[in-house]
Amino acid sequence: MSTVETATDISTFTVDISDEAIEDLRRRITTARWPTKEVVDDDTQGVQTKMLQELVRYWAEEYDFGRLEARLNELPQFITEIDGVDIHFIHVKSEHENALPIIITHGWPGSIIEMLGIIGPLTDPTSYGGTEADAFDVVIPSIPGYGFSGEPTEAGWDSARIGKAWAELMSRLGYTSYVAQGGDQGAGVTDAMGRQAPDGLVGVHFNFLDAVPKELLMAALNIRLAFSGDERDELSKVIAVVMRGYIAEMGEHPQTIGYSLVDSPIGLAAWMLDHDADSYGKISRAFLEGQASGNLTRDEILDNITLYWLTGTGASTSRLYWETGRAGKASLKDPPPHVRIPVAYTVFPQELFQAPRHWVKSAYHDLIYYNEAEKGGHFAAWEEPEIFAAEMRAAFETLRDEGSAS
Amino acid sequence: MSGTTIDSATEIRPFQVEVPEEKLTELRRRIAATRWPEQELVDDRSQGVQMATIQALARYWTTDHDWRKAEAKLNALPQFTTEIDGTELHFIHVKSEHEDALPLIMTHGWPGSVIEMIDSVGPLTDPTAHGGSAEDAFHLVLPSLPGYGFSASPVEIGWDLGRTARAWAELMGRLGYTRYVAQGGDVGAGVTDAMGRQAPEGLIGIHTNLLVPALNGPMPTNTDEERAAAAQIATFRQSGQGYFVEMASRPQTIGYALLDSPVALAAWMADHDTDAYYKIAGAFLGDKPSGNLTRDHILDNITTYWLTGTGASAARSYWEAYGADAPAASSKPLPAPTIPFAFTTFPGEIWKTPRSWVEASYPNVVYFNEVDKGGHFAAWEEPELFATELRAAFTSLRTNGGQS
Repeated sequence: MSTVETATDISTFTVDISDEAIEDLRRRITTARWPTKEVVDDDTQGVQTKMLQELVRYWAEEYDFGRLEARLNELPQFITEIDGVDIHFIHVKSEHENALPIIITHGWPGSIIEMLGIIGPLTDPTSYGGTEADAFDVVIPSIPGYGFSGEPTEAGWDSARIGKAWAELMSRLGYTSYVAQGGDQGAGVTDAMGRQAPDGLVGVHFNFLDAVPKELLMAALNIRLAFSGDERDELSKVIAVVMRGYIAEMGEHPQTIGYSLVDSPIGLAAWMLDHDADSYGKISRAFLEGQASGNLTRDEILDNITLYWLTGTGASTSRLYWETGRAGKASLKDPPPHVRIPVAYTVFPQELFQAPRHWVKSAYHDLIYYNEAEKGGHFAAWEEPEIFAAEMRAAFETLRDEGSAS
Repeated sequence: MSGTTIDSATEIRPFQVEVPEEKLTELRRRIAATRWPEQELVDDRSQGVQMATIQALARYWTTDHDWRKAEAKLNALPQFTTEIDGTELHFIHVKSEHEDALPLIMTHGWPGSVIEMIDSVGPLTDPTAHGGSAEDAFHLVLPSLPGYGFSASPVEIGWDLGRTARAWAELMGRLGYTRYVAQGGDVGAGVTDAMGRQAPEGLIGIHTNLLVPALNGPMPTNTDEERAAAAQIATFRQSGQGYFVEMASRPQTIGYALLDSPVALAAWMADHDTDAYYKIAGAFLGDKPSGNLTRDHILDNITTYWLTGTGASAARSYWEAYGADAPAASSKPLPAPTIPFAFTTFPGEIWKTPRSWVEASYPNVVYFNEVDKGGHFAAWEEPELFATELRAAFTSLRTNGGQS
């Protein structure tokens, strides 16, 4: 009925979760078959049974399954097909003129749920201790294969291809001057955008140094002895990240672990919670001691896991690691261009590793902003939305001026 | 039935497998209720276990596979349990009718179980019925590793390869064997290698079909054969060891899915090595089994893991053996065994071990042979060939034994 060309059409989107899907999930949770508990008193054998059982108890007995749908449907959501895949995104325009458009990309085991808390502070800064001049128009897409985006049906959807899709998305939304932000896999996508430097992208911000594996790690492995003691510690943390079981498995055989993640809710929950020691500890305390770290509450954590479950995306989300691994190997032979546009970086103190300024500087030559935030870990936007939003304001301040001047 | 005067701590009790029908019904219900992902985006194994394979396996599992046949096969063999070092251990013990049979303790690995070994029982204990002579006979002991199958799961840390090896020596002692040999592949090779290093009294030789030291450090790469084997190990490390890293570092995390989802368990187990995977896929998709690796045998093994609920406890054995946080991580390996060592290279194994690597690893190599078929699950896939190898491997030790 519309005259808009189908391929670039943007449709509104509403989350609609069936009662059967929720009933099935509840049934699976309550009939879960549990292993014997770990034989250690800490998390060195993985997600602890006591913690997971408490999470599952809360999930089945106290968690409000209507939350997820209600929270998302309060926000303007859309779907548009790009490069053959339906892309789901949240798009909230600020009421303030001259708001800076920003596209923010989540990672694994995250989703758009991680980003919901920053929408207010970014789009409506005057209600959150900022000024009109701090306002952003916010675009929060779901990575292909994640959440309500479609699953790619062919190999090749690596960070670079996602980056190109994001540029197309911003252009479809009519944005001609915008910035991009990401941590975790979102940092990979944002890094790719920085290298592609599409028309309109004026700067990028990271809270994870994705460039480390690509550029710095290889160099560092060869010149390890040249690093100081402190940096060797950070480097060994980087290597430990790469050597994690979940990365090895998802990078090699995403389909194999996919069967677990799509068929067993407790298998999915355990796999998602076993990301890094800091976030695991925080999530564990949220469930066992009722002490959430910032916004990382039980309900928030279960919104995210429930989203993965209901969309059945355990295998398709894992495939991104397989794609990243392949692209990483290819980039060693055929390195992508350097990032020449302005880069901003925030170190969160409990992130997997704390990239020293000159690591960031060596990866990104035009480093316009570098700051160490006072708190927050791997899921910085989720855990500390106000601090995260303050970082965005500070990071991109100078680019706004340039933007309005140009 | 008790009332014996045997010390309960060293008592050996007969054991039978008896799975209640509701457990089988529950298993079929879960398989039928499987929620499936979309299929992989490639035409080969490079993203893991393929949908067509696992769905064919699941279909056969619910419609054709008969656990009761596996149960009857196990119960036709003399099975026992005994508590060693605080853990109740299950084992099959088949004595040969032939006098002077050589006692042999054979250890399975991951993702195996005693199911892998039971078709070797005939050829090894009753050689005259299987093309051999009375002098080829073995008394056979097939234990389930702690945390695997019908053995209990350890409730404390420290059950590394060395501790299991010591338990095996204790077991052989309890069975009254004063001169015996040991054999293993995969994790079983790790246990057997550890036994060789510990050299308990009575152990006169070992055979493995996986070269354990090649997993622990670089091997020579001077010849084409050595370089080819090193390249196979490198390929495994780059594309096939996700399960290994996960189980060695986070066994509990993966354990939840392995206990809760039969399809997750089956996929995780089928995803061992390229050769075995394609043989399993071939068995289900074309009903073209490789040797004895039939659909039923594959499912007998997976069902054993499911019914005993041992996905997490079996995974923990990797943590104990290879985990950075396990007690064994800080212990130094014992020197290489000086007792006689025998090795068979099976061509489909993860890497094709050259004789030179065997000789570089063990000072007292009494037997090396390369056979023309069989892979990682050699005893399972080619039980007759496997038995022939063990006969040849240990011949010289029998003779020496008779003289001493």
